[in-house]
Amino acid sequence: MAKIELSFYPGCSSQKGATSSNYLVSAQTMCEELDITLNEIPDWNCCGASIGYGGGGELPRLTLSARNIALSEEHNAGQEIVSPCAACWLNTREAKERLNEDEKMMQDANTALAEGGLRFKGEVNVRHMVEVLVEDIGFDAIKEKVKKPLEGLKIAGYVGCQTNRPFGIAGESFENPQYLDKIVEAVGADSIPTFEKKVQCCGGALAFSEPEKSQEMIHGIIEAAYDNGADMIVTPCPLCQANVEIYQDQINETYGTKFDMPVVYYSTLMSVAFGRNATDAALNGHIIKAKKLEEIASK
Amino acid sequence: MSTNSQKYRNSFLKEVEANVEEGEWVKMCMQCGVCAGSCPLGKHWDHPPQEIFMMIRAGKREEVLSSDSMWMCTSCYNCIARCPRGLPITHIMHGLAVYSKRLGLMPDNQPTAEFGQIFWDNLMKKGRVNELKMGLSMYFKDGFSQGIKNAMANQKLGQNMMKAKRMNAMEIMGGHGVNSPGDLAKIIKKAQEIEDGNIQDFS
Repeated sequence: MAKIELSFYPGCSSQKGATSSNYLVSAQTMCEELDITLNEIPDWNCCGASIGYGGGGELPRLTLSARNIALSEEHNAGQEIVSPCAACWLNTREAKERLNEDEKMMQDANTALAEGGLRFKGEVNVRHMVEVLVEDIGFDAIKEKVKKPLEGLKIAGYVGCQTNRPFGIAGESFENPQYLDKIVEAVGADSIPTFEKKVQCCGGALAFSEPEKSQEMIHGIIEAAYDNGADMIVTPCPLCQANVEIYQDQINETYGTKFDMPVVYYSTLMSVAFGRNATDAALNGHIIKAKKLEEIASK
Repeated sequence: MSTNSQKYRNSFLKEVEANVEEGEWVKMCMQCGVCAGSCPLGKHWDHPPQEIFMMIRAGKREEVLSSDSMWMCTSCYNCIARCPRGLPITHIMHGLAVYSKRLGLMPDNQPTAEFGQIFWDNLMKKGRVNELKMGLSMYFKDGFSQGIKNAMANQKLGQNMMKAKRMNAMEIMGGHGVNSPGDLAKIIKKAQEIEDGNIQDFS
C-alpha cells in the first residue's frame, strides 16, 4: 500500500481531555495500520463549529478557517488537508470554496490574515478522513488488513448530518449513503441496511441549548438501532458520537427506556479488527462500554 | 452604493440582499416547502424557511427579524441538500439570525443565540474551545442558583466524562490554545471591522 501523507487538522474536541479524545487515539491507530502519516497543522485554531456563526458572523468565521488553510499551505505545502471531524471539515472546505468563489471575500479575508502575517491561497484540497479511506485506501484494502474479524456483531451505521451534507462523500447519496455500512462489512461485522435513522440529525450544537428537542431526536436514533437488533452504533462524527452516547441516562429517565447502547467510531472498529489492543482503540474512552469489542480486542 | 440604499430603502428584500449572508438568494425561492418538510426541528418553527423568504419579499421586517425561527437551525444541511433551486438555506438562516442580533431584534433569552455567543467568546479567548469552561458558562448563563441546579442535574454526566478522560477539571486553569491568542484576536478583529464596514444602513 502506498504511503499517504496528509496535513492534519484534528480539531478542538479531539484534544487530550476533550469529548472526542478517544476518536483521535483510534484514528491515529487506524492510520498507523494503513500507513497514513498525519502531519498536524502547526498552531491550528478552532473552525467555529456549527454554532460559532451566532457570535462571529460571516467573515470572521470564514477567516478562522482561512487561517488554518494558510498555515497548512505554508508549513505542510503540497499536502491535502484532512480532518476526522465533520464540522472542522465542513467549515474548512466551505471557507476554501466560498473565498475562491468570491473575490471580495478573498481580499477581505487576506486583509484580516495580514494582521498576523499570513496569506490564504486556497489551492489545497480539504478532505474528511473517511474520504481518504473510501477513495485512497478502498474497502478491499481495509478488508485485507483485518486480523480479527468482528464476526457476529450487528452494527448500525449512523452517518449523521455534516459528514453527509452539504458536501458528502463523492458518489454517495445524501439520503442513503452506503460507505459506513461497507466499512462495517469490511471489518467482518454485519451492517443494518434497514436502520432508518442513518442520516437523522442528533441536534448538533443544539443538544446544549435545546436539550429537550435534541434528546427527542437522539431517542429516535437509539430506538431505531435497538429495534433493528443493533449491538452498537458506529459514526464518523465526534458530535454525533457524544450526543448519542452521553445523554442515554437522561433519555432513559424522560422516556422510560433502558438504553445502554455503545456508540463507537469507524476508527474504533478498524483498530480492533486490525488486531490492536483496547487502549489503542481507545475503548476506555466510552461511557457505555463496547463490551463485545473489548472481548474481541482481548483475545 | 449609497444611491442604491437611498433608492431601495423601503425594500426589506434589498436590505437582506445587502446585509445578510447569502441574502441575494432569497428571491430565488419558489415556495415548494421541501425545506420545511426536511427540517429536523420543523415542528418548532413559527415560520419555516420558505415562509420566512416570502415574508422578506412581502417586507415584513419586524416579524422576520424578531422571529425565533432561524435560531432553531441545527446546521444539518438537509434543506440545502434537497432545495430544488439550490438555495444555501442553512447559511441564509444563520445570516438572518446574526443580522437580527446585530440590530437587537432577536427574541430575549434565546438559548441558541446565547450559546452561539458563549461558544464564540470561549474560542476567541485562546483560539481553541475550552469545553469545560463552555459547559460551565452554559450552566451559569441564567445566574448562580440556576447554574448550581444545572450542574447538579448534570453531575453524573460530568463524572462519567471525567472517568472516560473526555473531560478534564484542569482545563479550568487554562487548557489548550494557539501559540499567540493575541495575534489571532488581531486577525479576527480586523475581519470584524471589515464586516461591520460592509453593512449598509437601511434604518
